[in-house]
Amino acid sequence: MSSQNLARSIYPVLGIVVILALWQLYTWWSGISPLVLPSPLEIASVSVKRYDLLLQQTWPTLIETILGFALALLIGIPLAVFVANSRLFNLVLYPILVATQSIPKVAIAPIILVWFGLGISSKLALAFLVAFFPIVVDTATGLQATPPGLLDLAHALCASRRQVFFKVQFPAALPFIFAGSKVAITLAVIGAVIGEFVGSVTGLGNLVLAANSQLDGPLAWAALVWLSALGILLFAAVALAERLMMPWERAGEP
Amino acid sequence: MIDSTIPQDAARQKFDGGVAAGLDSPQRPFGHFKDVHKTFKRSGQAPLAAIDTVSFDLHAGQLISLLGPSGCGKTTFLRIAAGLIPKTSGTVEINGAEVERPQPDFGMVFQQSNLMPWRTVLKNVLFPIEIQGDTQGASGERAIELLSLVGLSGFETAYPAQLSGGMQQRVALCRALVHRPKLLLMDEPFGALDELTRMEMQDLLLDIRAKTAATVMLVTHSISEAVYLSDKVAVFSTRPAKIADFIPVDLPYPRRPETRYTPEFTELEHRAGRALGITR
Repeated sequence: MSSQNLARSIYPVLGIVVILALWQLYTWWSGISPLVLPSPLEIASVSVKRYDLLLQQTWPTLIETILGFALALLIGIPLAVFVANSRLFNLVLYPILVATQSIPKVAIAPIILVWFGLGISSKLALAFLVAFFPIVVDTATGLQATPPGLLDLAHALCASRRQVFFKVQFPAALPFIFAGSKVAITLAVIGAVIGEFVGSVTGLGNLVLAANSQLDGPLAWAALVWLSALGILLFAAVALAERLMMPWERAGEP
Repeated sequence: MIDSTIPQDAARQKFDGGVAAGLDSPQRPFGHFKDVHKTFKRSGQAPLAAIDTVSFDLHAGQLISLLGPSGCGKTTFLRIAAGLIPKTSGTVEINGAEVERPQPDFGMVFQQSNLMPWRTVLKNVLFPIEIQGDTQGASGERAIELLSLVGLSGFETAYPAQLSGGMQQRVALCRALVHRPKLLLMDEPFGALDELTRMEMQDLLLDIRAKTAATVMLVTHSISEAVYLSDKVAVFSTRPAKIADFIPVDLPYPRRPETRYTPEFTELEHRAGRALGITR
């Protein structure tokens, strides 16, 4: 723990504090309506006071996000294995993957809603759709980036294809898979919220809409705060899983 | 079938922690290379002749260096001997069988240590056993014994990222020996190390070899390394490779750093230099 580490954690906090202070001062002096821009203190107080309602609305969003992300891992990783190891799969699937990725998810949300209804499955589908792409692309890249020296070594020892995959290719791709997962988990939150915006009766995204329509600015903002806290926590959970599953990554550090 | 006249047997009894010695049969030497030729086909370009013709014999227990300039085809030759790439024509016979694919009873050391960052030192050393199945048992003890032989006792649970380059290469050497290979193939094993570490590793290799009766084929582009280590130096010409000279190194083992400063050593270096076209 050095002064450098301390500085690294103090400066971002300092930046946030300054911005919040300026915001607070502006709302005091300008007398702007809380519906348009509530003050940070107001948002904070509602975030705590309406704890029950916010927590209740967090569960559906959390479940949609986690299930969508899990599904993206479950389908994305095996698909990436095919794409990385078969030229045919690569040629056939990759352009399709890229094409589907270029469709704005907000634009297909209404169609997804028609297919899957107002319940959890439409949100799960949208969370899956946005989380899927980075997982497939990063995993496939990682599987193709196996150091050639390690493959030589495995071949020289007469390793089977199965052994090469499980003992060399896959562990070597783990940092890539986690990089993709960290992007995917934050996108999955966005996917779930898009689903809630388009048609839903629960969730934090739905709460933002409902509070807005009831001219309850502070509650809408409080729901936003909870949403970003949810995103940060989920990201931290993936980062923690990475640390636990790849202890060697920290081995080189002093 | 054990021929008790093989001198290395005495050494093997002292320490059986290394390479299982291959044996010369009365008809054939341990390794027999005859008119080995390699041409790479390249799409859209003219084929590239990497090896013209290379022939020599490798006797059991010998350490032979393939010495040549960069890109001359010596590494290609080693990879053919390892069964990693196919030859275009010729004979590559090792331990009485034609080599057409990788052999489980060969050990290999590369220029890079090629350790897996996610495995501890001990698990890296045990990788060949894991791939091939533990046929002899007690391989864990053997791995620990090998690590202590190269001075890495106490590092069993360390990760490669915690070791220096020289230490990593020692782990790679242990890994190449752990499954008692009949032949040790080394592709510029010390090429990525600094000069002092390199000389240390050369002595370590000679030490291990004295204790294990290893048959070794080593690629290098260092004249002094080739002369210092080897029984025989096969000097490769520029591409496409031919044997420019086949130099018997009659300096007695054990060799010590002082050996490098003897007139005989200099004379051998000079001969290799002439074969390479560096000196007259």
